[in-house]
Amino acid sequence: MAQASEDNLNSTDAIINLQDAIALIDNYPALSGMNFRLEQGETVHIKGPNGAGKTTLLSLMAGLLPLHSGQGQVLDNDLSDLGDRRRIRRLTGLLSHESSLYDELTVFGNLKFWCSANKVEHEIIDPIMDRLGLSGRLRNLKVSSLSAGQRRRTSLAVIVCRRPRLWLLDEPYSGLDEAGQNLVDAFVQTAVTFGASVVFASHDSDRAKKLASRTVEMQGGRLKTQKLDSGSHKTRDYIPIESGEPLPDGTHSKGGNAND
Amino acid sequence: MVRIVKEATLMIRDALLIAKKDVRVEISSRVIFGQVLPFSLLILILFGLAISSDLIVTGDAKRTVLEQVSPGLFWLAIVFSSLFAVNRSFKIESDNGNLDALRMAGIDPAAIFLGKALAISLLIFILDLFVGALAVVIFNASIIDFSILGVTVFAATISISMSGTLYAGITAGSRSKDTLMPLLLLPTMAPMLLIATRSTEAALFSEDQTGWGWPMLLSVLAFLYTGIGMLSFGALMEES
Repeated sequence: MAQASEDNLNSTDAIINLQDAIALIDNYPALSGMNFRLEQGETVHIKGPNGAGKTTLLSLMAGLLPLHSGQGQVLDNDLSDLGDRRRIRRLTGLLSHESSLYDELTVFGNLKFWCSANKVEHEIIDPIMDRLGLSGRLRNLKVSSLSAGQRRRTSLAVIVCRRPRLWLLDEPYSGLDEAGQNLVDAFVQTAVTFGASVVFASHDSDRAKKLASRTVEMQGGRLKTQKLDSGSHKTRDYIPIESGEPLPDGTHSKGGNAND
Repeated sequence: MVRIVKEATLMIRDALLIAKKDVRVEISSRVIFGQVLPFSLLILILFGLAISSDLIVTGDAKRTVLEQVSPGLFWLAIVFSSLFAVNRSFKIESDNGNLDALRMAGIDPAAIFLGKALAISLLIFILDLFVGALAVVIFNASIIDFSILGVTVFAATISISMSGTLYAGITAGSRSKDTLMPLLLLPTMAPMLLIATRSTEAALFSEDQTGWGWPMLLSVLAFLYTGIGMLSFGALMEES
């Protein structure tokens, strides 16, 4: 049994592998023995009632929370090692409940800052803003003046600019209109086409079912059930930003040191 | 060796990026200029009203009590005002979960510490300038040694911003950070306040060039706070 667990953890196809993972929030086990596995190119929908541990699971997989006990690997990095967790963060894009934007900066100012912070060239900002409907008068508007949906689009733009290997989205449709929700789906599908893997938590089961290849249900900080869905699945290997290959959104995948 | 230089260059680049962003946010919000600066000027005026300018301190040089205590009052006004600046600097990171986003970007915690402390230093320098000018007017202070004063203001400002950034980092994850931060920070600032006051007294009252000991001690304190902050901020961020 122990050998089987070891083999499972060392499997090369597994982007994420959690075994009996326990993570604490203020000394409370928000994850209490979670088992989860994600393969390259998969899109997995996490569902469950409030307090089930969905957000904690995403934070753990993003490398923001330490693993209290159990075993866990994300993108070949160990979640119990701080150095490895820092490497995971650089390879992962987390769209959280919070906007991660500076209210006093403009939409473009925020994207410029986060691109510089993530060492991504500024040239990709404008095409992504166009695609997300953030160009025109919104470009130079302070984030504090935006609606909830426009903020969500800006936060999503930051993730898209980063082009992470692993997308972790917490309620990605929150505050978005129909068109915005369709954009989220389109970006996720594009990312998966280019080999990224996606885990998203959502209460919108109907929409999520179409996007996801698998649905995982959580309850009480652990896995309850999981089933296959009809959505996108693995299509090709991940294309790193440095490769320079053209992407479907009209930009190129080549990144580099950006000057602010 | 090449790797160390590369990492140091990247760290400085990231620190400057964060400092520039913080200054942009402050220019846009005008909180420091619109609220913190008037607050610090108000404190100084209230000190002036509370202490009589008629009382004379006896000694070799006859000075009013107000003139005699002006260095301490100046630094008290700066310390109280800097609490707002430090609090504000971390509020913009915690409001929308931006501290986690900085961690996700893989920025070295030392760069985050240095960047935020640099921006706070710049804002406190501006406070120093305005509050200092008002202090000279209302306390009738005359400066004898500008070089001692310059070193004092520089080292004290760096000390305040570095220790402030460090303690704001410690309390960043706490629900009661707004009250906890001053409670922890003010006792830490007590030695700095004492040395900065003595050092400023040397710049205002000492005529025999013997006052360099205090500014030198203050510079050592600033250096210590910077080193401790850069080394420990990463661990603090992971804990918060």
